[in-house]
Amino acid sequence: MISIQNVRKSFGDLEVLKGISLDVNKGEVLSIIGGSGSGKSTLLYCINAIETIQSGKIIVDDIDVHNPSTNQDKLRQKLGMVFQQWNSFPHLTVLENAALAPRIVKGLSKDEALSIAEKELIHVGLGDKFDMYPTKMSGGQQQRLAIARALAMKPDYMLFDEITSALDPELVGEVLDTLRMLREDGMTMICVTHEIAFARDVSDNVAFFNQGVIEEMGTPDQVINNPQKETTRKFLSKVLS
Amino acid sequence: MGSFFTPLSWNDSGFILTGVMNTITISLVAIIAGTLLGLVVGFIRSEANKAANTALGAVLDILRSVPLIIQLILFTTYIGAMGHPLDPFVAGSIVLSLYTMAFMAEVFRGGFDSVHGSMITAARSLGMTYWQAVRYVQFPISLRAIFPSWLGVALSVIKDSALVSVIGYMELLRTSEQLISRTQQPLEILIGVGVFYFIISYPLSLYGKYVERKMAV
Ligand SMILES: Nc1ncnc2c1ncn2[C@@H]1O[C@H](COP(=O)(O)OP(=O)(O)OP(=O)(O)O)[C@@H](O)[C@H]1O
Ligand SMILES: [Mg+2]
Repeated sequence: MISIQNVRKSFGDLEVLKGISLDVNKGEVLSIIGGSGSGKSTLLYCINAIETIQSGKIIVDDIDVHNPSTNQDKLRQKLGMVFQQWNSFPHLTVLENAALAPRIVKGLSKDEALSIAEKELIHVGLGDKFDMYPTKMSGGQQQRLAIARALAMKPDYMLFDEITSALDPELVGEVLDTLRMLREDGMTMICVTHEIAFARDVSDNVAFFNQGVIEEMGTPDQVINNPQKETTRKFLSKVLS
Repeated sequence: MGSFFTPLSWNDSGFILTGVMNTITISLVAIIAGTLLGLVVGFIRSEANKAANTALGAVLDILRSVPLIIQLILFTTYIGAMGHPLDPFVAGSIVLSLYTMAFMAEVFRGGFDSVHGSMITAARSLGMTYWQAVRYVQFPISLRAIFPSWLGVALSVIKDSALVSVIGYMELLRTSEQLISRTQQPLEILIGVGVFYFIISYPLSLYGKYVERKMAV
């Protein structure tokens, strides 16, 4: 379980997270929605310790993420992350992209790493692209590669930061379908997304972020279909129009 | 009436070959040392904070801006005046290597900077340590990207190595100067030397262009 307890985070004088608390249980999907600059990405970065926090606590399976004695490289193996920019490794083939971390981080043999990579690539529908270089692929394919690359580390959680925002509209569907499939697999996920319909379909919970606070949180039915706050309604009507 | 000068003959080939080998040796030393030092300095430049960078940048600027021939003379004169005269090969290697390093450092720095922070973050998010991300992601991507510029610097080092003749190193140019004063056949000899540099440089520069084109597509 991921437990976020009253987390505050500032960049210089700018407080970006102003006391965020939320829990994500094993097998659950949480979607985070909210306007630009509301702190959604920052929260994900704090969860896998890419960013530090000023106060509060983030617990991942009994690991206190920001405790100085925590091995954060080790922790990140539990937390797969996919970004808006797919960041494929351009010097490696698709298969090597997915096999690199299992081999060097987990120390698996080359054959083991390749076989895990193959399995995950087939899973996301890239079974016929092993020997291709990622720069020759579409954004949607590269984003699915990024997902497979993260899954090859066998993470317990997946963090997605607006992974469809940089895609051409016609490529969004294939990536969202991959996320739906992960949901079926029982993966625990936090998805920062602007795809409201997607959030409504796949999430157990939805959190609406506004200027560093959680304005509203609950089931998709509560937050998206029947928002209680004026700010939530305003945001939804803007993104849904 | 016998001439004071003796024409160029096959007996001179050993002498010329020594010059060729010495040019190749000092160029290789400078390219290898300059590349290794440039890689380290370029990496520091790409990672270091602004203050450290300004200081380091100033040193590199000086090395790049002061003509090599002046650096060579200054260095040998200064070392000599301190009472530790160096062998011309050693002195030339040191100066040429540092000069090469100054250019290589900027080439490497540009390469490292061209790999976006988000690429490194993505690598770290997979559990890689800082050095794993550097070694398996940042280095291979940037080293590929800079290969054509690296080759450009290496080629100019081969040509610049001719300047080491001013401190008495018997490389190709100095060898040929001596031959010229003995034979009074400057045209043949200098054309021969020019052809040598061309034969070494031109295929390499073509190869660099080929790699560049291949990477562009
Ligand atoms: N590394 C940083 N240094 C300084 N300020 C930052 C940094 N990262 C983010 N910020 C600021 O923190 C605020 C929150 O940023 P964040 O990226 O978390 O927003 P977001 O909700 O993900 O927005 P978006 O929908 O545009 O991605 C913004 O005002 C941003 O400018
Ligand atoms: Mg964001």
